[in-house]
Amino acid sequence: MSLLELREETVGYSGTTVLRELELNIEQGERIALVGESGAGKSTLLNLIHTRLGETAALVPQELGLVQALSVFHNVYMGRLHQRSIWRNLRNLLKPAKIDVDLVMPVLERLRLEDKLFTSVGELSGGQQQRTAVGRALFHPGDILIADEPVSAVDEHQAREILDAITAEKPTVILAMHDRELAIKFADRLIGIRDGKIALDEAASGMAPKDLDDLYRNGDR
Amino acid sequence: MTVRPEPSPLARTTTTFVGIAILCLIFADVAISTVDPWQEFNRMLLGLVTPDFYATDSVTQAIAYTLAFALLGVALANVMGLFLALLFFSRIVRTGCAVIRAVHELFWALIFLQMFGLSPLTGVLAIAIPYSGIIAKVYAEILEEANPAPLKTIPAGTSRASAFIFVRMPDVWAHFRSYSMYRLECGIRSSAVLGFIGLPTLGFHLETAFKEGQYSEVSALLILFYLVIATMRIWMKRPLMPIYLIGAAAILPWGVAFSFSNIVRFLTEDIVPHPLRSGAGMEAFWDWLHMMVIDQAVPGTIATVQLTMIALVATGFLTIVLFPLISPLLLGKASRFCGHVFLVVARSTPEYILAFVLLQLWGPSMLPAIVALTLHNGAIIGHLVGRYTETVSLRQDAATGFNRYFYEVLPRVYRPMLALLFYRWEVIMRETAILGILGIATLGFYVDSAFADLRFDRAMLLIGITALLNIGVDAISRSVRTRLRLQTSLEQQ
Repeated sequence: MSLLELREETVGYSGTTVLRELELNIEQGERIALVGESGAGKSTLLNLIHTRLGETAALVPQELGLVQALSVFHNVYMGRLHQRSIWRNLRNLLKPAKIDVDLVMPVLERLRLEDKLFTSVGELSGGQQQRTAVGRALFHPGDILIADEPVSAVDEHQAREILDAITAEKPTVILAMHDRELAIKFADRLIGIRDGKIALDEAASGMAPKDLDDLYRNGDR
Repeated sequence: MTVRPEPSPLARTTTTFVGIAILCLIFADVAISTVDPWQEFNRMLLGLVTPDFYATDSVTQAIAYTLAFALLGVALANVMGLFLALLFFSRIVRTGCAVIRAVHELFWALIFLQMFGLSPLTGVLAIAIPYSGIIAKVYAEILEEANPAPLKTIPAGTSRASAFIFVRMPDVWAHFRSYSMYRLECGIRSSAVLGFIGLPTLGFHLETAFKEGQYSEVSALLILFYLVIATMRIWMKRPLMPIYLIGAAAILPWGVAFSFSNIVRFLTEDIVPHPLRSGAGMEAFWDWLHMMVIDQAVPGTIATVQLTMIALVATGFLTIVLFPLISPLLLGKASRFCGHVFLVVARSTPEYILAFVLLQLWGPSMLPAIVALTLHNGAIIGHLVGRYTETVSLRQDAATGFNRYFYEVLPRVYRPMLALLFYRWEVIMRETAILGILGIATLGFYVDSAFADLRFDRAMLLIGITALLNIGVDAISRSVRTRLRLQTSLEQQ
């Protein structure tokens, strides 16, 4: 079943064009990896997809968007703020309720953050912060997860664990990744972006990292 | 596994201060004692919407005098402050600056009034002296934070003066300029308030009009006052500065004579404790001191601290309500415009004038002072916090409405807000003491009574105690800020 159809002449912000001649269909249940040079337009495409999908999609932006002064529990709990009454949210802000802590705990266990439950995010390492942001997206009730470089700050072993957790929890996943090998392993569809255009859109099975070399070559410049 | 949330130091400090404030509030007199406050309020509102710009014959003169005192006072303070900032490595200079800024400009004015009478010197020095102490501290901080690298690159043997002019000054000049603009705004407010103790500035006409119930005239004076402050950045251009200063010096009535014997008598006789002056001996002096401390200093200090703590915590609460009014994270453009107007008016109105108005409405109690201090300071910090949120960007899928306010925005601004609040603690206390002149039983009340009875020895002792109290609060505030690692850039707008 089709989830989203994008047909755009140009995409950009305030006068600058980032993406051109965009034609893209996304099906439910797909695992898509966006690959390409930094600055090619991956983040712009992810933001566009997220805007179109709205509330049903959880987002892990590149800059994570964590509230440093709040604990890991609070930041992860924020994935469901919109589903709860303001009173319950206020109560949890002042003193976390056991019922909600019990809901957040399994997510943290998957991401090996359970001992950081009430630690302020500001005190965490870069990798732990990234896992917290992924935790927030996993806690989000939507079936779709959109993430911009969600494993850039963790080692390869942890990256696999996080990607496994993501694919186990969310049927439809769209990620931007710079690690080609990991992208091929994780995704069932690869979309390559080069100079603001979709330069490649193929099934991931059977591909090798060097097949993506073209995306990273400054050919005509 | 049992993981329980530990209260953060920030939360613990907040709870402690809120607890202290509630305790203070329980023992505070906050009754409204006027018979029909609403009727008077309606008359004020009616006056407010029907300003009468021709009621006060000397309105132009009042504005001109207000500006003249502010310009000369702040200019003098800038020169002295910069000079003192360069000597800030010396402990004596640092202590001296702490003492002169711990005494409020109204107290300085009351002192100079005894020495120079209504000569313009009184107004100019009342602003210049405490402001020198404040400016010295701020400029010294700016110089300290400036990038030290360029100093190392200049050739060895360069004189210190050349190094300062070529390397230091260009770096910090912009900071000095923006800070002195902010000080000028404060100076205009101070100058207006000096009218309440008899100088010919706006406050003098405001008080008269208020006492006579001429609310249309009050309205006109206040509107002109806001206009002057709101347009400051338009008319205050650097090339025009010499013209303004010469003009200010020219219009003030320097002809008012004062006698040197008066000044000498004040400094060498009047302020010496009475028992010592009359040769009654040390025992009589100790009795005098004992009487002053028990009857005036202690009750005055208790009321000052009590009012300060209530106002400090109430300011914090009001700030978290007010800053969303101008935050682009929470409100649209049109609502933000209204928010800006409200905050500008609330923070441009000196707390002294606010307290005076509310005192007319509600009668004497701590309530007018609490509301005035909270409104003025809440608007100042709310403005700064609101501006700070302009630099915060939220993730695309951040929550909306109250959820956004409580989870995304408030936790991010809480720390900088506390830093600003603690920074302002000393200012609130200085102002609290002053509000005593209006009849609330803080230290200023006893100071004012002593001046009225021409007992200058008592007045000086009480002013000294007030200064010590301010220095003490400043030290506590600094230690709290260090302990909680609260940092704030300077107290700038």
